[in-house]
Amino acid sequence: MTRMIKPAIADRSADAQVEVALTVNGEAVRRSVSVRLLLSDFLRHELGLTGTHVGCEHGVCGCCTVLIDGKPGRSCLTLAAQANGYSIRTIESVAAADGTLHPVQQAFKECHGLQCGYCTPGMVMNILGRFEEKEPLDLSDDGIRELLSGNLCRCTGYLNIIAAVRRAAELLGKTPA
Amino acid sequence: MSTRMFGARIERNVDPKLLRGEGAFVDDIPLPDALHVAFLRSPHARARINSIDTAAAKASSGVVAIYTCDDIGALDVEMPLLIPHPSMTNPQTQRPLARGDVHYVGQTIAMVVAVDRYIAEDAAALIEVDYAPLPVEMDIVKALDDGAPRVHAAIPNNLAAHFVQTSGDPDGAFAAAEHVTKITVQVDRSTAAPMECRAVAARWEAVTGELTVWDGTQAPISVRGGLASVFGLDEDKVRVIAPDVGGGFGQKVLLFYPDELLVPMAAMQLGRPVKYIEDRRENFIGSSQERTQIHTIELAALKSGEVIGLRDFFLHDTGAFIPYGIAVAQVASTSIAGPYRIPNIFVEFKAVYTPTVQVTPYRGCGRPQACFALERAMDQLAQELGLDRFEIRRRNLVADNQFPYAREGLLFADGLKVTLDSGQYGKALAMAATELGAENFAVAQAKALSDGRYLGLGLACYVEGTGLGPYEGGHVKIHPITGKVYVNTGLSTQGQGHDTVFAQIVADQLGVSPQDVIVVEGDTKAFDWGVATFASRAAVVSGNAIHKTAATVRKKVLQAAANMLDADIDSIELRDSAAWIKGSNRFVPLAAIATASNPLRYAFNKAAQAATQFAPASKHDGPPLAEGEAPGLEATDYYSPSQSTWAYGVHGAIVEVDPGLCTVKIKKYVCIHDCGNMINPMLVEGQVMGGIAQGIGGALYEHLDYQSDGNLANASLMDFLVPYATEIPNVSILHLETPSPLNALGVKGVGEAGCIAVGAVIASGVEDALRPFGALRFHQVPLSPTMIADVLERAGH
Repeated sequence: MTRMIKPAIADRSADAQVEVALTVNGEAVRRSVSVRLLLSDFLRHELGLTGTHVGCEHGVCGCCTVLIDGKPGRSCLTLAAQANGYSIRTIESVAAADGTLHPVQQAFKECHGLQCGYCTPGMVMNILGRFEEKEPLDLSDDGIRELLSGNLCRCTGYLNIIAAVRRAAELLGKTPA
Repeated sequence: MSTRMFGARIERNVDPKLLRGEGAFVDDIPLPDALHVAFLRSPHARARINSIDTAAAKASSGVVAIYTCDDIGALDVEMPLLIPHPSMTNPQTQRPLARGDVHYVGQTIAMVVAVDRYIAEDAAALIEVDYAPLPVEMDIVKALDDGAPRVHAAIPNNLAAHFVQTSGDPDGAFAAAEHVTKITVQVDRSTAAPMECRAVAARWEAVTGELTVWDGTQAPISVRGGLASVFGLDEDKVRVIAPDVGGGFGQKVLLFYPDELLVPMAAMQLGRPVKYIEDRRENFIGSSQERTQIHTIELAALKSGEVIGLRDFFLHDTGAFIPYGIAVAQVASTSIAGPYRIPNIFVEFKAVYTPTVQVTPYRGCGRPQACFALERAMDQLAQELGLDRFEIRRRNLVADNQFPYAREGLLFADGLKVTLDSGQYGKALAMAATELGAENFAVAQAKALSDGRYLGLGLACYVEGTGLGPYEGGHVKIHPITGKVYVNTGLSTQGQGHDTVFAQIVADQLGVSPQDVIVVEGDTKAFDWGVATFASRAAVVSGNAIHKTAATVRKKVLQAAANMLDADIDSIELRDSAAWIKGSNRFVPLAAIATASNPLRYAFNKAAQAATQFAPASKHDGPPLAEGEAPGLEATDYYSPSQSTWAYGVHGAIVEVDPGLCTVKIKKYVCIHDCGNMINPMLVEGQVMGGIAQGIGGALYEHLDYQSDGNLANASLMDFLVPYATEIPNVSILHLETPSPLNALGVKGVGEAGCIAVGAVIASGVEDALRPFGALRFHQVPLSPTMIADVLERAGH
C-alpha cells in the first residue's frame, strides 16, 4: 500500500492517575497508574508479568488468581490502586531462578494436569496459597475438589489436576488431615 | 534411545514453559505502542439501522479511529462461504460490520481503536445508533412457518439448507418391519467456552511491506490465504502466527471473525500495532456456537431386536449465518446409524436460520446430537421389545469380521462414502458391561430403592469419523550444530500436545529422545502448506505426514552414517542421538552426520571439526553436492487420507436421582474407547477425559438461555454453568487398540470422542433411575432439575 503520513496519535489515556507502591514477587514496585486499572492489567501490561491470565473479568474462572499477602485473590476483581501497600505473588515467582519447577508445577507435569495451559497459572497460585496456609489439607477426592472449586478448566476434565494436587502434597511432604 | 517412544506415556515437552507462566498467548506478546480495539455490538436480534452517529465517540480523548461499514472500503462485503454445498439456497454469510440490518444480539456494528481498551469501551458506549427493531422467531420449528419473521429478508421460511441422504432401501425395510419405534429428541444450544477467548493482534511493517498477524486461530494457513487475498498482498508478505492458544474446541476454526480482518486493516492504516482481545461476554454473544437440533427418529425392527431400517428427520439451528456450510448437520446425518449395521437409512435435515450468532462446529460437531437421537431410540426399542439394553445393542453392532463396513449413499463431511474401517464393537460393549457391574446392577438398584434411593444405569455407544483430509504435511530437519530435530507441520495447537506426540513419532525413526525433537507449528513462516486443526485429524493426518517424512530422513541418516563409518548400511542402528555400527562401540553423533551432510568450507564448531575426521557423508565423484542432492538431513512430505478413520466407544454410568430436589449425581462413569494405536496413552486419556467433562456440561448444565426477544440471558460464566471440579465424577477409561488399516501408524483421531455419548448416557441413566415412577421419558439435554421436575409432575408426582 502507498505510504501515508503517520497519523498523530495520543500516547496514553487521559484517565486520572494514582501512585501505587507495592511488592511484586519480592521486588518493590512504584508506578503511576490509571485509577481504574485492574490489578491483572497492571501485572500483565505495566509490569510485563503475562503469566497471570484473564479468562472472564468477572471473578468466576480463577485464571487471574495471584497471592495477595499470601492469600489467593482475583486480580481481575482488584484495582491496581487497591493493591497499594500489599505484597503480590504471581506465577513467575514460583519456579526456581534456574527454571526448576516447584513441586506443585512438577506434579502438574507428571500427572498431565494441563493441556492448553491457560488456566494453569491461576490453578497453581490457588493451590500454592492453600498449601502455604497453616490449616491442614483435606486430600480426599472431595477435599481436593473443594480446594479447586474456584478455578475453571475447560481442557482436562479436572481428574488429572486432582491427581496433581495429591502428588504435589506428596512431593512437599504434606500429610493429609 | 532404544525403547519405542510410540505408545509411551511420556510427559509433555510444552509443560515447563506453560507452568512457569512463560506461555505466549496473543495478549502476552509484547507489542510496544499497540492500540486497542473495542466493538459496538447490536443489542437487538433483528433491526434496521436508521443511522449511526460516531461524533461524540470520535471527539473523546484517547480515541484514534472509529470504523463503521462505510469506513472499511473493500472489507465491506459478505465473508466467504467456506464449504459450499448444493443443499443450500442463497447461503448467507456474515459481514465484518453490519450494513443496514442486524441479525443477532452481539453482531458488530462499529469498531473503536483507542490508546487502551478502557478508553475504547467508553467510546463504543458513546456511539449513537438509531435502530428500528423487527420481530423475531426464536423457535426453530415455528421459524419455518409461512409468514414467520425472517432473519434475512430474502430468505422465506428461514430455510438455509435442505438435504436428504439414503442408504439401502429404507421404505422396503419399514414395510418389512415387525415393530417400529419413534421418538422426538432435542439437544440444546451450547458453546465451547475456551478459557482463553479469541484474540487478534497485527503489526504492519511499512518498510518491508509485511503484515504479521497473531491470531488465536485453529487455521493460521487459511487465515493467511484469506488476508492476503483481501488486502491484495502476496501470501509471502503475510505471516499468521497462532501462538499458544488457550483451548479452541472448534470455535476458533471459523474464518473470518470481524476482528480477524479489521484489526490488520487498522494496523495498516494507522501505522501502529493493533490488538483486539475478546472479553468473556463477547465470546458468549459474538463467537460461534453449536448444538440445537431436533430429531424425529424411527427405527424399523424385527421382533428379535434387529434394526433393519432407520428414518431420521431433523432440524438444525444454523444461527443467523451459514459460513461453514452444512458441515455440522452433515456430520450428524452421516453418524446417525452409529456402530450398528442398520443397512437401510433415510436421513433428511433442514437447516434453519435463527437470529443468533452463527453456528459452526463445536467439539463433537453434530455427533452428540446424532448419538442422542439414535441411542435414546435404541433404549425405547429395547423397552418396547422387552429386551435388555445391552442385548439389543449386541444384536445390532457391526461384527469384527464385517469391516470395512460401508454405508452406500451416505457422504461424510469429506465428501467420501461413510465406511467404518475397523473395530471391536462387541468387545467394547462387553467391557463396559463388566466395568459397570451391569450383571449385578439390578440387585443393587433394588436394594437402593428399598432404602429410598433411585439408582439408574445409563448406556450409549458412538462412532466418530476422524482424520478428515484433504491433507497435511511434515518437515523434518536434523540441526547440524545441536543434533536436535526440528519438525514442522501446518496445524496449530490449542493444548492437545502435538509437540509431544509428533516428537514421539520422530524419535522412533531417528533414535533421539522426544525431548530433543522441537515441533514448531502454527506459524506460516515455519510451514505454510496445510489446512487446520479440526475434526480430530492432527494425529492421523499430520502424524502420518510427519512419520513418512521422518522415515525419509532416517534413510538419509543411515546412508550418510554408513558412508562416514565406512560400514554397510544394514549394519547401522540409530539410538541415543547417534548412528552406531550394531554390536560395536563405533558411532557418529547425529549432529556430526548433519554437519557432514552439508558440504562445509568453515569448521566453525567442534561438530564441523569432528566431521572432517570421518569419510565424507556422501560417496561420489564430482562436486561436493551431487546433482539432485540437497544439503543436510532434511525432508518434506505429505499425507492425504483415502477416507476418514472411524473411532468408536461405549460409555456407561450409574447415576442417582433425587426425585425431591430433581438433581442427578453421577456415581460411576465408565468409558471404553478405541482410537486405534495410541501414540501417548496419557494424552489420549487427557483428551477423552476433557471431552467427557464437556459432555457432562452438555448433559446437565450448559444451556444458552436465549430469550424470546433474542437476547442471551446467561452470557457470563456466572450464569452459563461450565462444570468445576466439583461437578466431575471419577471416571474409569479403558482402552481398546484396533489399528486402523488405513494409515501406516494405525491411528485414529480422539479429540472429540469424549463428549459424544455423555448426554445419551445420562438421559438413559435418569430414565432407568426413575422407572419406579412409571415409564418417564427424558428426550432433551441438558437435563436440568426443572425438566426433571416437569416430567415427574406430568406423571402425577
